[in-house]
Amino acid sequence: MAEATQQTFDTIIGLEVHLQLNTKTKIFCGCANRFGEEPNSLTCPVCLGLPGTLPVLNQTALEYAIKVTLALNCQINTFVKFDRKNYYYPDLPKGYQISQYDKPLANHGHLIIPTANGPKRINIKRSHLEEDAGKLIHDDKLNCSLVDYNRTGTPLLEIVTEPDLHSPQEAHDYLTILKLTLQYLNVSDCDMEKGSLRCDANVSIRPQGETKLGAKTELKNMNSFRAVKAALEFEVNRQRRLILTGERIVQETRLWDEEKNITVSMRSKEEAHDYRYFPEPDLVPLTIDSKIIEKIRLTLPELPDKKLNRFMEQYGLSQYDAHILIQEQDIANFFERCTEGIEDVPVKKIANWIIGPMREEISANKKKIEYISIREFLMLIRNVEEGKLSNLAAKDVLSVMVSSGENIEKIIAEKGLAQIMDETILEKIVVSVLAENPKVVEQIQQGKESATGFLVGQAMRKSQGKGNPKKFGEIIKRRLQHG
Amino acid sequence: MKLNELSAHSLVDLLKSKKTTPQEVLQSLHAHIVQTDKSIKAYVRLNSEKPESTLSENQTCPVPIAIKDNICIAGHETTCCSKILEGFRPPYDATVIEKLRKTGAIFLGQTNMDEFAFGSSTENSCYGSTSNPWDKDCVPGGSSGGSAAAVAAHETIWALGSDTGGSIRQPAAFCGVVGVKPTYGRVSRYGLIAFASSLDQIGPIAKDVEDAALLLKIIAGYDEKDSTSVDVPVPDYPKDMRQEVKGLKVGIPKEYFVEGLDKEIKEAISAAIEVLKKLGVSFKEVSLPHTEYAIATYYIIATAEASSNLARYDGVQYGLRCRPSKTRKSPLIDMYEETRDKGFGKEAKRRIMLGTYSLSTGYYDAYYLQGQKVRTLIKNDFDKVFQEFDAVITPTSPTPAFKKGERINDPLAMYLSDIYTISVNLGGVPAISLPCGFSKTGLPIGLQIITKPFDEETMFRLAYAYEQHTEWHKQKPPQLK
Repeated sequence: MAEATQQTFDTIIGLEVHLQLNTKTKIFCGCANRFGEEPNSLTCPVCLGLPGTLPVLNQTALEYAIKVTLALNCQINTFVKFDRKNYYYPDLPKGYQISQYDKPLANHGHLIIPTANGPKRINIKRSHLEEDAGKLIHDDKLNCSLVDYNRTGTPLLEIVTEPDLHSPQEAHDYLTILKLTLQYLNVSDCDMEKGSLRCDANVSIRPQGETKLGAKTELKNMNSFRAVKAALEFEVNRQRRLILTGERIVQETRLWDEEKNITVSMRSKEEAHDYRYFPEPDLVPLTIDSKIIEKIRLTLPELPDKKLNRFMEQYGLSQYDAHILIQEQDIANFFERCTEGIEDVPVKKIANWIIGPMREEISANKKKIEYISIREFLMLIRNVEEGKLSNLAAKDVLSVMVSSGENIEKIIAEKGLAQIMDETILEKIVVSVLAENPKVVEQIQQGKESATGFLVGQAMRKSQGKGNPKKFGEIIKRRLQHG
Repeated sequence: MKLNELSAHSLVDLLKSKKTTPQEVLQSLHAHIVQTDKSIKAYVRLNSEKPESTLSENQTCPVPIAIKDNICIAGHETTCCSKILEGFRPPYDATVIEKLRKTGAIFLGQTNMDEFAFGSSTENSCYGSTSNPWDKDCVPGGSSGGSAAAVAAHETIWALGSDTGGSIRQPAAFCGVVGVKPTYGRVSRYGLIAFASSLDQIGPIAKDVEDAALLLKIIAGYDEKDSTSVDVPVPDYPKDMRQEVKGLKVGIPKEYFVEGLDKEIKEAISAAIEVLKKLGVSFKEVSLPHTEYAIATYYIIATAEASSNLARYDGVQYGLRCRPSKTRKSPLIDMYEETRDKGFGKEAKRRIMLGTYSLSTGYYDAYYLQGQKVRTLIKNDFDKVFQEFDAVITPTSPTPAFKKGERINDPLAMYLSDIYTISVNLGGVPAISLPCGFSKTGLPIGLQIITKPFDEETMFRLAYAYEQHTEWHKQKPPQLK
């Protein structure tokens, strides 16, 4: 037993992501595709599956799906057919889901994720298009179940990885990169809370060196990336415990319990559905013209990994700075527009001002960065660079600028924030600060130069932030040397 | 002649020349239905719809029509003659109904059928069986038995049926009327409650070929609501069918004239061939070598699709909902099981089970997949013959109408009554059945003409030419004389 507890295991994880595509209308009918509306207000005979109705494929849903799979470096299968996945549940009005089975829209994709050992390629096995089901709501008060079919027929793209992920952290990192890539494409809200991005995980472990895969469990009901990681961590430990105590791992589906932080068994393999897939006879298979694929490829934006590398190379940014700037496309765009043809403001300063104060202000004021005036923003940085405005004052000005949209000259004037450049006034302030702090002056004169900072701070306070700390430092130094 | 006994095309002439009104036609039909339908039972529901007193110019064909109970009419109960759809009122019109409405059609009522079109005798209906107007002890055929009987008994001017394996043509043959299964994709299936989606087509049942051509012209055409409908122009069938048939080449498939074919029917078909020969049509024996696999293939594909199409009848949204008083498994599963047990008839259950089985893991490859392959071979058989021939002529059914109850407990014998019609659905080609004689016992015999996909024109040409030179379609069932 002692030996066994030291045994190390490999973790093998595969992820299935369901992505709702934000097309205007549903995948097989003309109903609006929106979240958060009155239950059953976005329905029609087709998505309700009433007898006699027929599905018609929404071409935009197909285009969005192609766009995503191209961004994930997939091979598109130009022959597109749909299949029926048969099972009974009240949120599935036809008794089958229209999906793709043996011939998915795309195969053989990949994403690169950063790991401690450098970049790692995570292969994407398949990606297919299908329709979402409705929502079942259990009403405890009425002691009944209610169905909302608004979600029925929302276009869903399923993205399945190979079992290439080897730790819960890697799974988390993959999801982060995947989500960022998807956000760049603007075809989904990617909001796990609203269910527009959902993730199931398959996980198994095996003793290191073993080549045969162990029995896997499928985990469902995780509502955040953090939950995916936590559920996987719990499950890896649970499986390890079972193996170490000589028990068998049952192949099953388990649900993540967010409150208790555990996974619980939902159904075993024996209870698994036989979905009786067969080709959907109501939809004629179609062949995608390779010209259309190329046309869609041209609409792909620069994807996050490319942008990251380019920002580092082109602007000499650190990986950290570049990484933050590319997290949101509009922020990255704003940064690039600020640097266009500007030589008098260092790129690094622009990046710092965006990464720090600007991001803080737009999020605090719930503003979109694209509406911020680049001219004004650059002028603000210039003022600081030229010593006309202290950093502190500039942050104040930025705050007002973002919330009110006023130009900075006006803000500076109104607030009286312009830096005091008059040397005689600055000298006066220093003199009084030195007089008020004889002990500190003494310490400095005895060699403790670091205490200068305290005096600068005092001077800044006295000037109500309008002085220039650098200037104050110089004057203090001169006075004490001469003194 | 009574108005209800007229054909649609002659009625249209009378209406246009103001010699009669839609109201008069409707009155005549209603009076006759009251008298006759007690014994025929062609209708399961009669509508109280009144024709508009003034018709617009677009309403070119304000003729009453009977509709099979699986084609949705907005606001009218439509049940496929199944208990499980009790009370279901679709909020929309089928595309064919929409098209008919535009021409001023008056919907008389819904006609009886085998539950969900599962059957060849109209005996599998939750409303009871329909009688054949030519012999009330006989079945009218099925599954569109109500529509065919209503036309034959002059309880309507014409009717719509649906044909998945012969459900229009076989009852048309049994009732001595004309029935057309159009090319798959010719008529929109939107609003037709599905049996087997890849085989179903809506088609006309009428008193003569001209009416069938006219009705198909009205209902045919591409529909963006049905992805399987095909965007090809619809010819003017009633006009184009008048071209002479001289020079057309017709194949006689040897596989259709084998054991099991009634001697009288064989003779009637031979006589029909002679009529067409005299009109300059040439005939030659051809082979459709995969014919013997058609029934097996059909029952695998059709039941597989049906098992999935009928999954939606689960008691959740509409139709019947049953709940056992005691909980057995779970409230949800109990409701599913009880609803489907009480709602579906025997044949529906049989087909759902067959279909579920052939789609199950481990059986799919051996049954469904194999079935699809054979289906392709059957289609190829037709393609090959049509490279050389304009049409193929066969009997519609191996026997005339059989007695009620005779085959109801023998599903295989029942399935065999569609042996000549099923390949047509599997091949997706169009076919017509038209009267070509009577048995010694006075039962009608049907002639089937099959043509290449979307060539209903040639089909109508041959049928019309034959009809012009024969009197079979003018015969009336004994009680109506």
